[in-house]
Amino acid sequence: MGQMARQKPGDKTGTLIICCGAVAREIIAMIDANGWDDMRVDCLPAHLHNDPGRIPEGVRRKIRANRDLCERIVVLYSDCGTGGQLEDMLNEEGVESIKGAHCYEVFAGADTFAAMMKAEPGSFILTDFLTQHFERLVVKGLGLDRYPELRSTYFGKYKKLVYLAQSDDLALKAKAEAAAETLGLEFEMRFTGYGDFEKFLREQRR
Amino acid sequence: MAIQEIYDAVMEYDDTRVVELINQELDAGTDVKTILDEGMIAAMDMIGKQFSGGTLFVPEMLMAAEAVQAGLDVLRPHLVGTGTKPAGTVVLGTVRGDLHDIGKNLVGLMLEGGGFRVVDLGVDVDAETFITTAQENEADIIALSSLLTTSMPEMEKAVAAISEANENRNLNIKVMVGGPPINQNYADKIGAHGYGLDAPGAVALARTLVGD
Repeated sequence: MGQMARQKPGDKTGTLIICCGAVAREIIAMIDANGWDDMRVDCLPAHLHNDPGRIPEGVRRKIRANRDLCERIVVLYSDCGTGGQLEDMLNEEGVESIKGAHCYEVFAGADTFAAMMKAEPGSFILTDFLTQHFERLVVKGLGLDRYPELRSTYFGKYKKLVYLAQSDDLALKAKAEAAAETLGLEFEMRFTGYGDFEKFLREQRR
Repeated sequence: MAIQEIYDAVMEYDDTRVVELINQELDAGTDVKTILDEGMIAAMDMIGKQFSGGTLFVPEMLMAAEAVQAGLDVLRPHLVGTGTKPAGTVVLGTVRGDLHDIGKNLVGLMLEGGGFRVVDLGVDVDAETFITTAQENEADIIALSSLLTTSMPEMEKAVAAISEANENRNLNIKVMVGGPPINQNYADKIGAHGYGLDAPGAVALARTLVGD
């Protein structure tokens, strides 16, 4: 179910990173770029973002299934709308995780994200993943393909689309700009790279 | 027969047709309460059941809600004239720092359809505004909504302020909370009287809180 592991057969050492499918591609790219060969990634489906109550038990299942297969487990989920339930579960399991409210905050950095939202509370955020899958996750996911008149219902309170870019990809930037146009919002791009995800994993390796 | 057509028009998300049919019924002298109960509320109950049962999704629910809203806008002035006593009064809003209102609007609509008087304060509402509005309107319930994880602390502050106002100002206002990052554990932790999982759930909860 939504598994994207880089597991080496027979590998019972190293660190397992459990994360959301919405950031898995970036996490794997970051690990590859840094040559962290002792780390592997397993993820839960990205669509659980729409049903965050299922995240804690999904992560718990991954932890229990892998506890004897690796030296260490690290969870790269922030609260992600679980209302503290994920943190409670991780405390029960004794597993460390990255802090933060959601991946936007982790990519941008907590202070930067807070300042950004304070400056314009009506900011709708896209990451590389959301930009790549904008049509499926936003347009079709919200039913805008069937009921375009709902655009103002969903986005009437937003002023700006902020694209938090993890990669320097002109095609993605163009897609994000087109998304802003589709939603009738101003466009802003901020390059974040892997943000606090990278910082956190570096700290874990010390 | 025409009442059934109103029901069908809501289920087909046809707001123009809903308004047209309601006006026809009002012109024909049909009882306002009959139009509301058998046309609108019956359709909303079905929509709520389908949504809770997972056979109808948010976009469809929003479309139906807009049709219901259009119908309620026509019926509201006539309902006032009937002197029908509301099931209770609910002051509703999204907490400070949060501009999201889709869920809140759905809850407001379902509450209104369910016979409650709703005072909707909109978005980005501070605790004191909730309390003073509830006092002015002799509200039974304050309903707090939040979509952002980052605005959840504001919900906690609002619940604490309402609790304090209940003690110090001799009020008896119940607080219900809801929104995607909210759950029963969180509602219990911050001292809310209830948590609504979704819009139909919020109506059932409000009925319980007013002792219906």
